[in-house]
Amino acid sequence: MEALMPFLPYIFILVLLVLYLSVVPIMIQVERKVSAWVQYRIGPNRVGPRGLLQPIADALKFLAKEDVIPNHVNKWLYIFAPTLMVFPAFFVFGVIPFGAIMINGQEILIQVGKTNIGILYVLAVSSLGVYAITFGSWASNNKYSLIGGLRSAAQMMSYELPMGLSILGMIMVVGSLRLEDIVRFQIENGWGILLQPVGALLFIVTAFAETNRLPFDLTEAEAELVGGYHTEYSSMKFAMFFLGEYCNMFTASAMITCLFLGGWHVPFIGSMGLDPAIVGYIQVVAMLMKLGFLMFFFVWVRWSLPRFRYDQLMNLGWKKLIPLALANVIITAIVMAM
Amino acid sequence: MLQQEYLYVLIFILGGSAMVLVAMLASWALRPSKPSKAKLTPYECGELPAQADSYFQFNIRYYLFALLFVVFDVEVVFFIPLVKVFNSIPVVAFIEITFFTVVLAFGLVYAWKKGALEWE
Repeated sequence: MEALMPFLPYIFILVLLVLYLSVVPIMIQVERKVSAWVQYRIGPNRVGPRGLLQPIADALKFLAKEDVIPNHVNKWLYIFAPTLMVFPAFFVFGVIPFGAIMINGQEILIQVGKTNIGILYVLAVSSLGVYAITFGSWASNNKYSLIGGLRSAAQMMSYELPMGLSILGMIMVVGSLRLEDIVRFQIENGWGILLQPVGALLFIVTAFAETNRLPFDLTEAEAELVGGYHTEYSSMKFAMFFLGEYCNMFTASAMITCLFLGGWHVPFIGSMGLDPAIVGYIQVVAMLMKLGFLMFFFVWVRWSLPRFRYDQLMNLGWKKLIPLALANVIITAIVMAM
Repeated sequence: MLQQEYLYVLIFILGGSAMVLVAMLASWALRPSKPSKAKLTPYECGELPAQADSYFQFNIRYYLFALLFVVFDVEVVFFIPLVKVFNSIPVVAFIEITFFTVVLAFGLVYAWKKGALEWE
């Protein structure tokens, strides 16, 4: 194990990339199965045992499909946009801590980069997602796409403000921008959802809006806009938009877990008298289970709630969430100062 | 050692980007290409499009909200370093922060009263 120490960050990079690649097909399968159960259907059950190999069949089909680049598009932006969709969701994972394991009596964080600006980096990078949708929709030169893209740009910008403000309360309580510090603080003082209930609620709502999931999926709005910003896309480029959406969900789940659900912490595990080495591994599993539950929650909400109307969406963002988030910051400040 | 940590993040970013590019290139190598006239027209309800370009006039509100976003987002960015050191600031600084927050809230109220937040 000693010899492996200098290579640990590279091992984490590899493990996280593989995790990332394997999460998306699983998510797509879960989404299709859960939606089938919610609607009292069977869902995919033909490929492999109980339809479990369906995502692999999907991936192969995406690879082999003809890619139509219509005449009227702005070609370079049209090709660039889908790749840009996946990048930001990926990048965020460079700073997310997945747990702390003991190796040779030394505590090692499962995290690629322990940067001192964790949250700031996450906020900055995740807001790049709006460019992918705007570029894609504008370059498509299609009316459905352009309407979807405009809606999406306005929506993502509007909900970024309450998202940024909702995190402020948590940073104020902890006094650090490092995600690992925030998790450690929660291990000692209770989960963020108890310390900052309003902040947690705001963050979860805005996370749905930022990932363009129902009830905030006005960008796509299948019934009105065909496919929204990806109407003109086919083959692998369409798959990239799809991948981006699920990557964003994974990222949002990770952020919610780290900020408000105690990260890798399992309550009362410290008083059970277990070996610290084993506790470390249990906590990594706990982190993954929390992520799994949150992603199930995303699917659950999608198939339970109807879509907002656009004016309702903007009113909720600007007239309710932003004042509420500001009030949350001010009240937290007053409580902290007393 | 902080630079080292950023380097790891950079490697992670490059690794992720490489995977995306490999997927795109694999698809480029495998897929067929049989364009036809109908395939290359805009997708619009099965008919020929009414006009060649779709860069139509759009609602000015989108632009207005983008402007409001820039104003408020800069203010949120100001908040972040401020809340990080909140535990150790003197009283004078606290009063200044309160003033700043009040100005920010007043800006929102002004935009609200002016009807800039109404979506029709």
